[in-house]
Amino acid sequence: MLKYQSQAVAKPYFIAAIGLFVAQILFGLVMGLQYVMGDFLFPEIPFNVARMVHTNLLIVWLLFGFMGASYFLVPEESERELYSPKLALLLFWVFLVAGALTIVGYLAVPYATLAEITGNDLLPTMGREFLEQPTITKIGIVIVVLGFIFNIGMTVLSGRKTVVSIVLLTGLVGLAVFFLFSFYNPVNLVLDKYFWWWVVHLWVEGVWELILGAILAFVLIKVTGVDREIIEKWLYVIIAMTLVTGVIGTGHHYFYIGTPEYWLWLGSIFSALEPIPFFMMTLFAFNMVNRRRKDHPNQAAVLWALGTAVTAFIGAGVWGFLHTLAPVNYYTHGTQITAAHGHLAFYGAYVMIVLTIISYAMPLLRNQGPAATAKAQKMEKLAFWLMTLSMAAITLLLTGAGVMQVMTQRMGDAPLTFMAAQDNIAIFYWLREVAGVVFLVGLITYVASFFTSDKVKTAA
Amino acid sequence: MSDRFTKSMARNIYLGGGVFAFLLFLGLTVDTMERLPERDHRENITPAVALGKKVWEDNNCIGCHTLLGEGAYFAPELGNVYTRLGNDKEAIKIMIQSRPVEGVPGRRSMPQFNLSDEELEGIAEFLKWTSEINTNNWPPNIQG
Repeated sequence: MLKYQSQAVAKPYFIAAIGLFVAQILFGLVMGLQYVMGDFLFPEIPFNVARMVHTNLLIVWLLFGFMGASYFLVPEESERELYSPKLALLLFWVFLVAGALTIVGYLAVPYATLAEITGNDLLPTMGREFLEQPTITKIGIVIVVLGFIFNIGMTVLSGRKTVVSIVLLTGLVGLAVFFLFSFYNPVNLVLDKYFWWWVVHLWVEGVWELILGAILAFVLIKVTGVDREIIEKWLYVIIAMTLVTGVIGTGHHYFYIGTPEYWLWLGSIFSALEPIPFFMMTLFAFNMVNRRRKDHPNQAAVLWALGTAVTAFIGAGVWGFLHTLAPVNYYTHGTQITAAHGHLAFYGAYVMIVLTIISYAMPLLRNQGPAATAKAQKMEKLAFWLMTLSMAAITLLLTGAGVMQVMTQRMGDAPLTFMAAQDNIAIFYWLREVAGVVFLVGLITYVASFFTSDKVKTAA
Repeated sequence: MSDRFTKSMARNIYLGGGVFAFLLFLGLTVDTMERLPERDHRENITPAVALGKKVWEDNNCIGCHTLLGEGAYFAPELGNVYTRLGNDKEAIKIMIQSRPVEGVPGRRSMPQFNLSDEELEGIAEFLKWTSEINTNNWPPNIQG
């Protein structure tokens, strides 16, 4: 069923991504409970460890997803086999083992011990949000990503060059380049923070959006049959707006960390425009589906494609805009408002795009034809709604918690202490945990949807 | 999109816009770097402050706390903790030292990190230095 046999290397990447996704959610539930039962699993798994595992697993499984997506779509776009399927498989195991060892390290020993035994003092890069990995793990990530880009690059450059594959490759190179800033850790905290955002912001509000756009464009070409020329034109305009708004938009992180005052204006203005590319992505997805030349049998993939566009716009665009203007951010900076935005933005833009390509590719990778059985698709769609609506609920509840936190702790003549304000909003955290359990049910349904089709086959 | 708007026009907007954005960002970064010394008071970064930042990182403090609003939202903001505790380094040290190993039943509690006197002095100096950064008057009040 695959057009090119080497596309098959995408399969282990997608399976690993889903497995790590499940683990990520379990640790999310642990953290959610720790918000209201402060001593839960203390001191064995303190909050900071659970959070590190939660966020690092997210990053790693999304990277697995991006790599799987690239190995799947690049041969088809380039109209040739992958440069080296063996290298892709080797890097898969290297990345998986390195990732697993890092997570075990987080859980098995105190973080300071991990820093010591991995030689952090030789090149200190640890202990910064999202970049908690030991330096040797970071070096491992660089090696894996470089090998991956070499493999993809050789395939793209020696095959048919399409806008989709070139934009994808540009995004991946950007991902690698900006990750190098994780090795720069000056003793001056302000400088540290300034360039830390070159990894974090320029990834998720910059080059990752190129990867997102390329994957979405690929899936839309496949499931709608709309002329490639039209889709590629949209892709260019969307990523143009991404870079024009998002790069200077980094300034919305430079309001209150010691950087000059002009960033209050630049960050506000440019990041206020950041919803535009996401809105265009929504228009794009619906337009293409409406103009479809065929009804693709994989309707679950179509649902994910439309869902990622809409949810990314709401989560990244609308929820980002809510607190991006400097006078608003003055009160909301570093509160649950940020957590609310982070959850829906990551879910909508990056979780859902990876699930989109998995949804499209998996039936082909499993020799099921262009689509899974009707029963499996029905289950996958149920999982889509359970996960998406519960994540929307999590976002609304954290927004409620955040608004209360801002009002009691950041405003008024007699502001509460941090912990007093937290105690006041415990009900929001309890409800968020309930929504989190629903999300897990959705995720279990999602995983189960891969196993239904086999039963149907044997029954038939 | 209309046919008069061609793919090559779209590509040029992407390339031109992208290059322009990055060049402008680089220019602003150069300017920011020139202005930072008077805002971050780097002349006050002593070996103790440097050690404090290392202690901060080695114990993953950012995994629970925010520092200048960035980090996790599980525990109090520490960018202004020095002033919140009455401009008192000793109060910071006592807070860190006094954490019960087994935590507090039903409550959030900071782990006991068993820091040495030198490390405690470092973290206190680091948080004092951080509290003196010009943050455009953030946070809005002493509670952080």
